Amino acid sequence: MKKIFDRPKSLKRVPFRYCPGCGHSLIHRLIAECVDMLGIRERVVGIAPVGCAVFAYDYFNFDMLEAAHGRPPAVATALKRVMPDRVIFSYQGDGDLAAIGTSEIIHAAARGENISVFFVNNATYGMTGGQMAPTTLIGQRTTTTPRGRSSRPDGYPLRVAELLSTIEGVTYLERVSVDSHRDVIAAKRAIEKAFVYQMTGKGFSLVELLSPCPTDWGLSPNASLRWMREQMAHFFPTGLLKDAG
Amino acid sequence: MAKVVAVTGNEAVANALRQVNPDVCGIYPITPQTDMMQRYASFISNGKVDTEAILVESEHSSMSACIGASAAGGRVVTATSSQGLALMWEMLHIASGDRLPIIMPVVNRALSAPLNIHGDHSDAMGARDTGWIQIWSENGQEAYDNTIQAFRIGEHMDIRLPVMVCMDGFIISHSIERLEYLEDAAVKDFVGPFKNLFPLLDLEKPKSYGPLILTDLYHEYKRAQHEVMMKVKDVVLDVAKDFEKLSGRKYGLFEAYRLEDADIAVVILNSAAGTTKDVVDELRDKGVKAGLLKPRLFRPFPYEEMAEALKNTKAVCVMDRSDSFGGYGPLFMEVSSALYQMKNRPALINKIYGLGGRDYLPSHGEMVFNELAEIAAGGKIRACKEYIGVRE
Repeated sequence: MKKIFDRPKSLKRVPFRYCPGCGHSLIHRLIAECVDMLGIRERVVGIAPVGCAVFAYDYFNFDMLEAAHGRPPAVATALKRVMPDRVIFSYQGDGDLAAIGTSEIIHAAARGENISVFFVNNATYGMTGGQMAPTTLIGQRTTTTPRGRSSRPDGYPLRVAELLSTIEGVTYLERVSVDSHRDVIAAKRAIEKAFVYQMTGKGFSLVELLSPCPTDWGLSPNASLRWMREQMAHFFPTGLLKDAG
Repeated sequence: MAKVVAVTGNEAVANALRQVNPDVCGIYPITPQTDMMQRYASFISNGKVDTEAILVESEHSSMSACIGASAAGGRVVTATSSQGLALMWEMLHIASGDRLPIIMPVVNRALSAPLNIHGDHSDAMGARDTGWIQIWSENGQEAYDNTIQAFRIGEHMDIRLPVMVCMDGFIISHSIERLEYLEDAAVKDFVGPFKNLFPLLDLEKPKSYGPLILTDLYHEYKRAQHEVMMKVKDVVLDVAKDFEKLSGRKYGLFEAYRLEDADIAVVILNSAAGTTKDVVDELRDKGVKAGLLKPRLFRPFPYEEMAEALKNTKAVCVMDRSDSFGGYGPLFMEVSSALYQMKNRPALINKIYGLGGRDYLPSHGEMVFNELAEIAAGGKIRACKEYIGVRE
């Protein structure tokens, strides 16, 4: 019988240890499949964030570098400039990219660095146990907003992709989700495009992936997917924000 | 009446902060401190305190917000660990240079790289020269007591300096201990209302914080910081006296444990001191004159007092839970400076232990005391600085 489904070569043969229903395992796999498909496993370098995906290097079967919290875009910039023939991506959560590292992502985008950024947005600080993130929705309960986020004094959620879309240095920006089969396929297509744009020298790409965090949302995996569709997607609509490729 | 509770170190310190009820609190999560400020956020949500919480996007912003709030004339707190303290480094100097009495529990954790979330002292030792007062705590009770005393010390009108209260990550922050809480009213009364000194927004007397001062007066400004640090010891002792009246618990610049007649002694900070005290007791039962010195006030460092306390010993080991690579452990360097001024000094060795949360066991303490006994009996010093508990 012909084997039509296998583990990507770009994933190590170890089980994922993320929480049940977490989006990271799925997104790791999508990236690994794209790396395999494009045949770049031997020249890709990933940058792991601080946050739940700090363990990304335990799963990806290629070179990874661990950056300080929020600094992956700056590290990616340097890696790409010193090794222009390599394919460099950063993998960052919303705590990493949209809070402590906001300035790095804005300036890497403004410089139009030829890198691919995968931005996983789960509207909370996952690893530290579900505190309010800049991406937390109004009314969303977190451990630091136990009565729900209120615009006063907690401010409004930050739409990083929209923010970056005003920057001329940006080539490709798309927000995708991993809450349904159709969306997962679209997410994979976006990841592939971000890699291809880098490989063809087109410049800065960022794919924002809406991703479930059942543990910190206090929901079952299924209910989490529903919450993503009913709540998260309203504030963070999926779709193409910019394609100057 | 004191209330006896079973709580973690983080919970105890969060409760101390609740009892003080500061005006402003910068909140940003970092392991292992996270749960302290998280508990504080729930006090705010439940109306237990009147604190204005600022959920910032990084520790750099947290300390910046604290600086603003403190200069405006508020009683201000935040808490952090490890990388968070490292990211604050720039602002730490500004807080102390501006003489802002911000109180900050630091839950000690190792620094990257490699990434490690467990307890060691690299973070706070990296901040020892930032002009902050540093008070170290062996257990949850001390962390609770020191946090309450820190307000009186930092906010003292002759001092006005920020204070870090250090405790070991996970070992203390996440372990449940028996603790005695003071009454809310007693803490409120002990700490007293916040007194302003040169607050902003005083339209009658407008002022600036942290202006540009070049070669004309910067040098004098820094000497003033040194001079105020020299006054801290007396204030720490006065506050400790008042605290003893309130709580029955005695605090000093350091704790001398069975040290008066000791021939050999270990100098060691925080939670590992507790483990080592058991070793001292066992050795004493065997007739070995062993003792221990546990520093409490690390900045300013009580050089003369420590030299006096160690003067009758023959051999001393300073144990560091952090390293100054290429140098000695930071605590060793201080103790060594303290002893240098004496005519008759004990032999001094340095052991690095417990980095990144590596367990420190009584057997490690025993090994160190055995080596000290040999040195005290005229044996040679094998190595002045050595790592212990290393997997080979």
